[in-house]
Amino acid sequence: MISFILRRLASAVPTLFIVVTISFFLMRFAPGGPFNLERPLPPQTMANLMATYQLDQPLWRQYVHYLSNAVTGDFGPSYIYKDNNVAQLIGKGLPYSIELGLYALLFAVIGGVIAGTIAALRQNSILDFTIMSVSTLGVTVPNFVVGPVLTLVFAIGLAWLPAGGWGDGSMRYLILPMIALALPQLAVFARLTRGSMIEALHTDHIRTAKAYGLPARTVVVTHAMRGAMLPVVSYLAPCAAALLTGSAVVETIFTIPGVGRYFVLGAINRDYTLVMGTVILVAIFVIVFNLLVDILYGLLDPRVRHD
Amino acid sequence: MASLKLNLSAAALIGSLLIGASPALAEAVLHRGNAGEPQTLDQAHTSINIEEFILKDLYEGLTIYDASGKIVPGAAETWELSDDGTVYTFKLRADAKWSDGSPVTAEDFVFSFRRVEDPKTAAGYANILFPIKNAEKVNKGELPTDQLGLKAVDDKTLEITLERPTPFFLELLAHQTALPVSKASVEKNGADFVKPGVMVSNGAFTLAAHVPNDSLTAVKNPNYWDAANVKLDKVIFYPIDDQAASVRRFEAKEMDLAYNFSADQLDRLRKSHGDQVHVSPTLATYYYAFDTRQEPYSDVRVRQALSMAVDRDFLAKEIYAGSQLPAYSMVPPGIESYGDPSKAEFGTLSQLDREDKALALMKEAGYGEGGKPLEIELRYNTNPNHERVATAVADMWKNTFGAKVSLVNLDVSSHYAYLQEGGKFNVARAGWVADYADAENFLALSLSSNKTFNYGHFENAEFDGLMKKSYEEQDPAARSKLLHEAEALLMKEQPIAPLLTQADLWLVSDRVKGWQDNSPNQHLSRFLSVAE
Amino acid sequence: MTDIVQTPAAAPETKGRSLFQLAAMRFKRNRAAMAGCVMLALIAVFSFLGPLFVPHTYDQVFPSYVNIGPSLEPRPDTSTLQEVMEGVATRARVTLKEFNVEGEAFTATITSEQPIDARATRYFDRANEFRDTQVVATEDEGRTLKVTGQVDREYFPFGTDSNGRDLLVRVMLGGQISIAVGLLASLVSLGIGVVYGATSGYIGGRVDNVMMRLVEIMYSLPFVFLVVVLVVFFGRSFILIFLVIGAVEWLDMARIVRGQTLALKRREFVGAAQALGLTDWQIIRRHIIPNTIGPVIVFVTVVVPKVILLESFLSFLGLGVQAPLTSWGALISEGANNIQSAPWLLIFPAIFFVLTLFSLNFVGDGLRDALDPKDR
Repeated sequence: MISFILRRLASAVPTLFIVVTISFFLMRFAPGGPFNLERPLPPQTMANLMATYQLDQPLWRQYVHYLSNAVTGDFGPSYIYKDNNVAQLIGKGLPYSIELGLYALLFAVIGGVIAGTIAALRQNSILDFTIMSVSTLGVTVPNFVVGPVLTLVFAIGLAWLPAGGWGDGSMRYLILPMIALALPQLAVFARLTRGSMIEALHTDHIRTAKAYGLPARTVVVTHAMRGAMLPVVSYLAPCAAALLTGSAVVETIFTIPGVGRYFVLGAINRDYTLVMGTVILVAIFVIVFNLLVDILYGLLDPRVRHD
Repeated sequence: MASLKLNLSAAALIGSLLIGASPALAEAVLHRGNAGEPQTLDQAHTSINIEEFILKDLYEGLTIYDASGKIVPGAAETWELSDDGTVYTFKLRADAKWSDGSPVTAEDFVFSFRRVEDPKTAAGYANILFPIKNAEKVNKGELPTDQLGLKAVDDKTLEITLERPTPFFLELLAHQTALPVSKASVEKNGADFVKPGVMVSNGAFTLAAHVPNDSLTAVKNPNYWDAANVKLDKVIFYPIDDQAASVRRFEAKEMDLAYNFSADQLDRLRKSHGDQVHVSPTLATYYYAFDTRQEPYSDVRVRQALSMAVDRDFLAKEIYAGSQLPAYSMVPPGIESYGDPSKAEFGTLSQLDREDKALALMKEAGYGEGGKPLEIELRYNTNPNHERVATAVADMWKNTFGAKVSLVNLDVSSHYAYLQEGGKFNVARAGWVADYADAENFLALSLSSNKTFNYGHFENAEFDGLMKKSYEEQDPAARSKLLHEAEALLMKEQPIAPLLTQADLWLVSDRVKGWQDNSPNQHLSRFLSVAE
Repeated sequence: MTDIVQTPAAAPETKGRSLFQLAAMRFKRNRAAMAGCVMLALIAVFSFLGPLFVPHTYDQVFPSYVNIGPSLEPRPDTSTLQEVMEGVATRARVTLKEFNVEGEAFTATITSEQPIDARATRYFDRANEFRDTQVVATEDEGRTLKVTGQVDREYFPFGTDSNGRDLLVRVMLGGQISIAVGLLASLVSLGIGVVYGATSGYIGGRVDNVMMRLVEIMYSLPFVFLVVVLVVFFGRSFILIFLVIGAVEWLDMARIVRGQTLALKRREFVGAAQALGLTDWQIIRRHIIPNTIGPVIVFVTVVVPKVILLESFLSFLGLGVQAPLTSWGALISEGANNIQSAPWLLIFPAIFFVLTLFSLNFVGDGLRDALDPKDR
């Protein structure tokens, strides 16, 4: 197992290298640059800016320069948010995104698995139908609709909760954005759990266990759940990576100071270094979570072996 | 419901009075919505009004805008202009101090302006100070920064020599790029001088805390020369780039001011919030540019016809719910030194007459029904409002000329990069917000020498000649006349079709006192107060 | 078990039936799934054939009806007509003295202090409500005109958008595009994801390692730039939308299928198939993929709404459908900005969107039950 983990971590290095290389050159094929604004800059100013940020040099040299700095942990200045460098921007925003994302993740996984299990155990009942309908709504209604509706109801209508901002970071401020962030994912987990629970409950060994008269709860928890968790765990990796690195939509709607917005803002503003920072960030999260999930596979189902 | 809420808040107030020791002197806090996160707090790098609102509360330039938007003395108490109009002598206020208690000196201004023009600084708005002698050459790296036309005569006397008389120089000095930095602080802290806890400023407020994308807190500066008249203890800026979200936070009473919301909300908000809704025309023009390099847009008749066929009243009233005004001139009204702009001749006609004339012109040019087919590609940057305008204009051209109009939208950077790098197009959307209140700022966009700004590559020697004369003219009245002639010519040629004069939309809570709408859109927190 | 006795009797009947026919039979018996199918068909008919029965086109602007709410009554009603007519008179700079509507025709008397230009009738025609306006009598040296004309009444059951376009037609058009994008892009991501995931998981070892690292790389690439660069090289095209969406959405699917495969390949029946000498591809196709059907179908029902909404983000970057064309995603995001002032702009497209996905879920569950090899 340890050698497996070590090998995977070693393979992360070439993966990251490829991601960085492709992204770096991909960005430069896009039209526009960080200083093409609605208000055009005079040619002289543009030249000064390009020189300051070394954007006037040949692309390959910029690439080598970026790479050699990145290895030492210097991810360059942000072209748009000029008072900060990329590491500072992401360093400041990431804790907020992770905190909010973690709550949302826990809420989505626990809520989704419980709802899905209940629905599966009561297959085709009213309860099942209700849970599945709500979860369909959850997947269907996008968070740019859920967010505003939640604030209209709870912040403006009832005036129970704040309409946005991180405030002092207390739960009051986090509830609405957390729900908006978690709802679609919760629905996915509920659907995946229900589907594979039903399948698992129909497999021979569960039928046998039931036939032997084992109490229903023991059967479900110890046997069915284990097999049924596989797709849930598979989806966990991309979902966790997405939630913990923040959501541009939710952060914008609720003014959360996280890093999610940089994915879109960085790209729209052609803030190349900031985009590279977000790319590396996502890559690390994806690699780590995929590794965790592959380890989890082995724990859940002893038949899965990593060789 | 309202009375219930009132009771609740009254109860809460009583409760807090009982618990709190003695909040008799409650802090006066202004919660200010801002249209996004400032990209920088460095006056040399600032480029957007999000930063302007913050920086002008933190720092004070030689001149400032008062609550009504007029230029008044700021850090400079008085000034004199030499007879030939090229040398300004500013007397700084004797009691002007930095937030660390040290005096604001003429040397600070010399240092700040040199810093802006230094090519190594790469200031985005370096051209704001180009009227200063040698500024352009310094910025190009042709001369050292000490050749800039600046002289600290003594601690409190600053002499600025200009390249040529510049009637709008005092307005330029009120721009956020011309705000001073503390020489001592910048030399000591380098790029970190913008950080909370480090920043030394000379305005009514100082930077206390800054959580990017969450809030920026400025507190009253006790060392400010006019601190006695500053009524707010604290100003908190909330960066919200989502317009709908900013309105919601205003409605939830979390903010006292919200800036720039979508015009669709106007009717609803007027109903629910009455005179808390402020619409004030601003110095900004929304226009369509024609690519004059190619057929049929190289034909002035086609350009005029297309421009005339746009029903600007519809755009202003229906698309923008009356929050914008129909425009028939490139320069918006409301510039004192310019007066009424020169409008296009068709501006006085009724829309029907315009359409008749447009059809006739188009026929003469040989396009439209019965002539060569008219296929127009209309480019705009992605934005719901621009899309609605484009949709409406496309419909007008379709109905009037039977033209086939297709829409193309790209994200902001792609759209402007394409235009600025000289890409060919048919018709493209653009907008211009005044950097300073002068007609020249709008008309210079169409100079043939102005390769980046002149998207349609309009070339007209007569127009260029008039503009050149205006730069040399020292008499304000004669200069204004020249500019009017240039604009009249521009409107006859219609390389650009001005569509709308834009307006700033503000939500101003009843709590806020001292607010005055003004076209330069200047609202220093220093002049505001909040009622409890 | 006890069934064994009946098996010989059933055998002749089942013999001629393929697996597919069996699945179809089972599917037809599932009432919720069939209801879903009917619903989907209705929505498709509404979207694709509906525009033929509505007199308005999707890009037709009604300047007098910008942002009006939904109503089953024809517009305008008589009192509004009076207002509109007064508005027209003001624009034509004349005074309205008398105005009557009878059925589809109107008569009006207008006066002015100066003789009225006969072209003024065009002001009437310009308003959407009136047409064929003619002068029937001129009195008072042209200072008073009697005009008649036809009244056009329009139906906007869904209201109009902020450009004055009929929302009903736009929802129909949005349906055409969203259904097409949703189906095709999901199929693309389904196809790539399932085959890729199953292959990676089944072959395992170094191949799996490389294939999964590739997924990680794809996952990390800056999506916005991918789109912008593709637009630059290939221009805006409908095919590109599927490719881009498919290219992103298959990643999750591949991870899920691979996860299932890792467990499946150690199962007895796979071992048996290997012993029988089936090739890897045959095993993947016949034994692995059919057994992943449960989670795959669940995931497809999740991917469809994601794909449809993603399309609206693509339009923002200049790749989605070009205005004045529209999609449900674009309509919903436009509506979301106006929840308070024009809720119908959100409600109508959202209803169709949600309804479609509900139906799709029922169909999906039905398919899963029908195709699941373990239930056979």
